[in-house]
Amino acid sequence: MNHSFQVDERGYYGDFGGAFIPEMLYPNVEELRSRYLDIIADPSFQEEFHALLKDYVGRPTPLFKAERLSAKYNTHIYLKREDLCHTGAHKVNNTIGQILVAKRLGKNKIVAETGAGQHGVATATVCALMGMECIVYMGAIDIERQAPNVARMRMLGATVVAAQSGSKTLKDATNEAMRHWINNPVDTHYIIGSVVGPHPYPDMVARFQSVISEEMRSQLQEKEGRDYPDYVIACVGGGSNAAGAFYHFLDEPRTQLIAAEAAGQGVSTGHSAATTFLGKPGVLHGSKSLLMQTEDGQVIEPYSISAGLDYPGIGPMHAHLFKSGRAKFYDITDEEALEAALECSMLEGIIPALESAHALAVFGKLNAKPNEVVVVNLSGRGDKDLSTYQQRLKLND
Amino acid sequence: MNRITKLFAEATEPILNVYATAGYPNFGDTMTVLNALQAGGVDIIEIGMPYSDPVADGETIQQSNQVSLDQGMTVAHLFEQLKDMRQTVSVPVLLMGYINPVLQYGVEAFCQKCAEVGVDGLILPDLPMAEYESEYQAIFEQYGLYNIFLITPQTTDARIAQIDAISKGFIYMVSSASTTGAKTGISSDQETYFKRIEGMNLKNPRLIGFGISDRASFLKASESAAGAIIGSAFVKLLGQAKDLHNEIVGFVQSIKGKK
Repeated sequence: MNHSFQVDERGYYGDFGGAFIPEMLYPNVEELRSRYLDIIADPSFQEEFHALLKDYVGRPTPLFKAERLSAKYNTHIYLKREDLCHTGAHKVNNTIGQILVAKRLGKNKIVAETGAGQHGVATATVCALMGMECIVYMGAIDIERQAPNVARMRMLGATVVAAQSGSKTLKDATNEAMRHWINNPVDTHYIIGSVVGPHPYPDMVARFQSVISEEMRSQLQEKEGRDYPDYVIACVGGGSNAAGAFYHFLDEPRTQLIAAEAAGQGVSTGHSAATTFLGKPGVLHGSKSLLMQTEDGQVIEPYSISAGLDYPGIGPMHAHLFKSGRAKFYDITDEEALEAALECSMLEGIIPALESAHALAVFGKLNAKPNEVVVVNLSGRGDKDLSTYQQRLKLND
Repeated sequence: MNRITKLFAEATEPILNVYATAGYPNFGDTMTVLNALQAGGVDIIEIGMPYSDPVADGETIQQSNQVSLDQGMTVAHLFEQLKDMRQTVSVPVLLMGYINPVLQYGVEAFCQKCAEVGVDGLILPDLPMAEYESEYQAIFEQYGLYNIFLITPQTTDARIAQIDAISKGFIYMVSSASTTGAKTGISSDQETYFKRIEGMNLKNPRLIGFGISDRASFLKASESAAGAIIGSAFVKLLGQAKDLHNEIVGFVQSIKGKK
């Protein structure tokens, strides 16, 4: 497959990407870069990867025709049910892939970062499965906010370390995980949770998540008699579920790619995480992309009600999709996401994660025609967000 | 001639490079620290440009970066503080920092300012060699700035040779697989690594950094290189100093063995 929106041999998507890493990380990243394509292409890898996706993760995930949402918005709406994956979100597609890569690189320890804890749980899960030591860095503030996921990681045998630096959230957890890798260069693999980081991570993670759009194609063929939709909608924080949902449609001109970013309280309020609206080109966590930053180039701590979208950057692939106009970006506020979560719950009996609710909130803005097909990637389930829903949707009254 | 080249050509004893975070402990202390370092007999000064996400740095330098940023330090303010630096400071001066603030300032404008205030070189750990060659080298050279590259115990001989070919001034030899300030002292494994690099007969001299904190580790490192770099240990002193000038002078003299 040779997409024009794929990474080039220098690790760039257009102007974005690369590997801006200190020399201390170079040997590890270079080892990964020089070997990941061969490892992934190997038949034994493919066999093990797909067997685990099927029997452990529960793939393929259903493509569900949401009849009541379709009736309300007068179009054909499908939900890609990544929320039904083991551990409750798409994140596990990537951690399965990466731990199999780590094994083939001869690594026996795993380090990861996590924000809300979903990627941390997905990493701890595959480490338990493979019997590997697992250390997860999590911002000290997030540890307080996401106690159930911290408990899940610990029950799975992972060591959860509080990141006490900077703003004590996801970006600092990522810094700490990178520092851990610098200090443990030989036996450890770093499982990054999104399509961010130095090349080859964005491409590798996108490949592991691309199973989402691969399944969409065959499922649409079966249900609609054509293997592409008119729209694919996905939320974007770092952008791994969107990368997976877009991947096989990147060069399909009949499919419009729609990304939903977290506007927080609104893009102009100063409490937002909508990177394409507020960011400028910059370098963070090893790649050049769009970045929320001060005039002096210091990284700004973003805000969103959804911890999974609360990241000051965006994957370089998405920065390129934005700049080239290939994908359209919507800014979705906390309130709009909450309303969409309630609507999906009431009309379809599915409680979405707050992240995914940002994608669902695009329906009202899309003006899709009655004969068009809209697929939304329902990236995760809402159990983890129940306390926010209880509070904000006044479910206790 | 670049001050760095001159220093290495003429040095008769181990070279001491000391790192200090700009605008630390207080916003207005930058020149006080530089002048005191020179008064104590330092050979090279490395000024850290604070950054919100310094991934190669350990806790001590991170924390000093955050304090400095909270006090309002920016790249523009730093150049303002350094504008008369060459009236009092004659030793080579390097700016160390991360690439993003440089990109936002504008690479060419940044280099021009460096030349204007008398900066001799840059250490930008997250600027990789390939990017440097394709996008930056010509601009750096136009303004007479040396870009200092790092090598680590994991850097292959082939890559060290490439780095040696593209380097000017000196090579920054990271003493162990770590962030700054993570370890202290020098182990026998590290000595083996130092000797291995010494045996490569590189065209550039080397300074050893990370884990150097006192006269003993400075002298040990200097057996296998032209000298060494002290960062976290000095930043710790800055954070606790009651009499900034005299304590800095005393620290440098104790490392250089002049007390």
